[in-house]
Amino acid sequence: MSVIVVLIGASLLVATGFLIAYLWAVKNGQYDDKFTPSVRILFEDEKKSENINKKSENRNKKTEIRNQ
Amino acid sequence: MELQIIHNNFDRQLEQIETVERKTNTKLYCFHCGDECPDNIIHLDEKIFCCNGCKTVFEILSGSNLCNYYSIDQNPGITRKHHIKRNYDFLNDADLKLKLIDFTDGKLTQITFDIPQMHCSSCIWILENLYKLNAGIITSKVNFLQKKVFISFKDDKTSLKEIVELLDSIGYEPQLNLDDRKEEKTKGGYRNLYYKIGIAGFCFGNIMLLSFPEYLSIDVSGHDELKRIFAYLNIILSLPVFFYSANDYFISAWKGLKKKIINIDVPLALGISVLFLRSIIEIIFMHGAGYLDSLSGLVFFLLIGKLFQNKTYETLNFERNYKSYFPIAVTIQKEKNETTIPVEKLKTGDRLIIRNNELIPADSILIKGNAHVDYGFVTGESIPVNKTNGEMIYAGGKQIGSAIEVETIKDVSQSYLTQLWNNKAFTKEHEQESRITSFANTVSKYFTAVVLLLAVISALIWHNNTTLAFNAFTAVLIVACPCALALSTPFALGNTLRIFGKNKFYLKNTFIIEKLAAVNSIVFDKTGTITENNNSSVEFIGKELNDYEKVLVKSAVRNSTHPLSTAIFNFIDSTFIKNIDLYDEQPGKGIHAVINGSEIKLGSKNFVSDYRQQPDEELSTKVFLAINGEAKGYFNSTNKYRSGLGETISELERNYELALLSGDNEGEKEKLRNFFGTDNELHFRQSPQDKLDFILKLQKNRQNVLMIGDGLNDAGALKQSDVGISISDNTNNFSPACDGILDSKSFYLLKDFINFSITSKKIIFSSFILSLFYNLFGLGFAFQGTLSPLIAAILMPISSISAVVFTTVLTNVIAKRRGLI
Repeated sequence: MSVIVVLIGASLLVATGFLIAYLWAVKNGQYDDKFTPSVRILFEDEKKSENINKKSENRNKKTEIRNQ
Repeated sequence: MELQIIHNNFDRQLEQIETVERKTNTKLYCFHCGDECPDNIIHLDEKIFCCNGCKTVFEILSGSNLCNYYSIDQNPGITRKHHIKRNYDFLNDADLKLKLIDFTDGKLTQITFDIPQMHCSSCIWILENLYKLNAGIITSKVNFLQKKVFISFKDDKTSLKEIVELLDSIGYEPQLNLDDRKEEKTKGGYRNLYYKIGIAGFCFGNIMLLSFPEYLSIDVSGHDELKRIFAYLNIILSLPVFFYSANDYFISAWKGLKKKIINIDVPLALGISVLFLRSIIEIIFMHGAGYLDSLSGLVFFLLIGKLFQNKTYETLNFERNYKSYFPIAVTIQKEKNETTIPVEKLKTGDRLIIRNNELIPADSILIKGNAHVDYGFVTGESIPVNKTNGEMIYAGGKQIGSAIEVETIKDVSQSYLTQLWNNKAFTKEHEQESRITSFANTVSKYFTAVVLLLAVISALIWHNNTTLAFNAFTAVLIVACPCALALSTPFALGNTLRIFGKNKFYLKNTFIIEKLAAVNSIVFDKTGTITENNNSSVEFIGKELNDYEKVLVKSAVRNSTHPLSTAIFNFIDSTFIKNIDLYDEQPGKGIHAVINGSEIKLGSKNFVSDYRQQPDEELSTKVFLAINGEAKGYFNSTNKYRSGLGETISELERNYELALLSGDNEGEKEKLRNFFGTDNELHFRQSPQDKLDFILKLQKNRQNVLMIGDGLNDAGALKQSDVGISISDNTNNFSPACDGILDSKSFYLLKDFINFSITSKKIIFSSFILSLFYNLFGLGFAFQGTLSPLIAAILMPISSISAVVFTTVLTNVIAKRRGLI
């Protein structure tokens, strides 16, 4: 019988993981704008690698700002 | 990637083919904005532009390799023909800067701009690539639905002023005002609802899973400890639902009780708490299963209903006041130097320079220049008014033409128009008291009393058996929880809100629908509301013109941009001559032109006939004509009434008291009588304050008033009325604070909207009756004290879901039948 208890504990853990992922997504602002990302994803990335670096740099900075 | 390049090349080829095709059609379209090009086209790199402004934008973008802008969407640009270069020096003012930005640490600054011009995916692309145009910009992120762009930049490399100038130079002039900053707070509320739904859903699902043995009556007699573990797990899972997800209902119920109002949340909170407490007691002391699945399910469905009801139109702003329409900075002249100062620092006695298309921010006296003031946004009347030196100019008008100099005689907030906002209709206390209560709140008052009474009776029946009495008492409270009512309201109204939205009628929230259904008196503004903006019908009164004379007049007015000239140009059906010998337009007076030796004079009576006469305002829409010194007559321009006005009025007249408030003179009284009949009130020469007072007077006579207006001068009346609807030709444009915005194209549907509001209220009522049957059915078990968790778990979702399905299906079916969807 104890196997059921273990199973339920495990399934609850997994489900909690998904709940946390959802809450994180909301907190991160993914539910604030439900339209723009759908357009943004279709834009071409530019080939220049420096741009990509720049972008990731920007992203880091942005999170820094948020944390402040 | 390769495919994409091919695709792009193909697009470009297609574009070239198209331009060639367009050329053969003799109509040419601007590469930047897609507008039809005028006679003098500007060429650059085999591309054509309608104006230098569009060409400049193209040069800026191509200079930074941003031509992708043109391949994402066709002709994405915003026309620069009417662009006026503004002076942004005021953005160097430190106080003002602090009010505009979101965050700064001295090195890095973040700001959110409103950019209403945003309209396509190219716009998103260019606004997110701003860093290529200005190295100081770190990131820019667009929220398309809100038409906002979020920019962070380095203070040592660029400045706020430079960024605004950059945005302006590529056609995305941000809307700078200090008023909109407050609305950001609502975002937190949204996220909270998402958190609550997520947690309630998670707990609901798991509790249901753990309750399955109970549903299926699986015999677990040998494993009692398993049953106990499941029950305690359920308690743990229900804690966040009860204490977090459902807390809004307790707060709202408590707030209502404090004000001695029993709102719909009171019986809900009661039901939820009884469910929770009884379940805890049952599980801990009686080794039962409890009703925690019903509890979490109920909260989950209620929250979903709330989400459905909370549909908002993010691009629309229903809270605008004069501050968001007025400029945030003005140019003043101080000791012969021109400086820009924030409008808040403007004092009486300051000398202002008002340039073409700039707004007069405070009541002033004209000192120098030709004032030609367009009060379009204030009154809805788009034909400019002329002022002479020494005359008073009211705030809110826009100067058209050359720069003028004025001296302010009142503070911004004390001006004729803006002092309206000092009225108590605009203060906070007023907002809370609404004379119309929602159906759910009206019902719950009696509902709660009846339920409590029944619960006490059932307890008394079993008074000699404490356990049974407790069971019966709590069961009645559980079963009678008005979840169906609490759900049918948001779903019926939320759906109605969407149906209205599809027909270009945008409401601030769902409660407005219930208010609209309770209206019994409708007040209209005239100019811009029942008449069309920028579209007037012209008639010529006098000797009939021969064909050649028509050609002459048409050629003369072709060169003028005055609204009346445009109207006359469209009215005359003939050809025109391009080359004219002499053309002279005197602002506020008229046109003097010589064509093929014939002299044409068009304009005010004084200008045309040299006949000295006091200027008469009522004649301002008459344009006199003289050819070679001979008076021919005049063009009379009257406002065109909106299509469908007649039917709308005659339909509404049957059930509602109607009234018309106009800021204009009685000129069109007779015409309006045809529409409004003899028993409805028509008032003319109404000041903004008069309009507000008229609404107050109606309300004192126990009328629920619907006000329909458009300009800033209606703002007071719109606010005071029970439902204030603002009519707008372009919903992105400014509209004063109101409960709803109606696109002028849907004006003819007004009566349908009101009728449909009444219908949705009836639907809620019938859904409530339906849910009463479930309640009665459940009460049968509850009275006997035999309400098992299983019956509760079946009854509650069924009644909730049937309420939701009933209301949404019925609203959709009726809307379809009435042609609204």
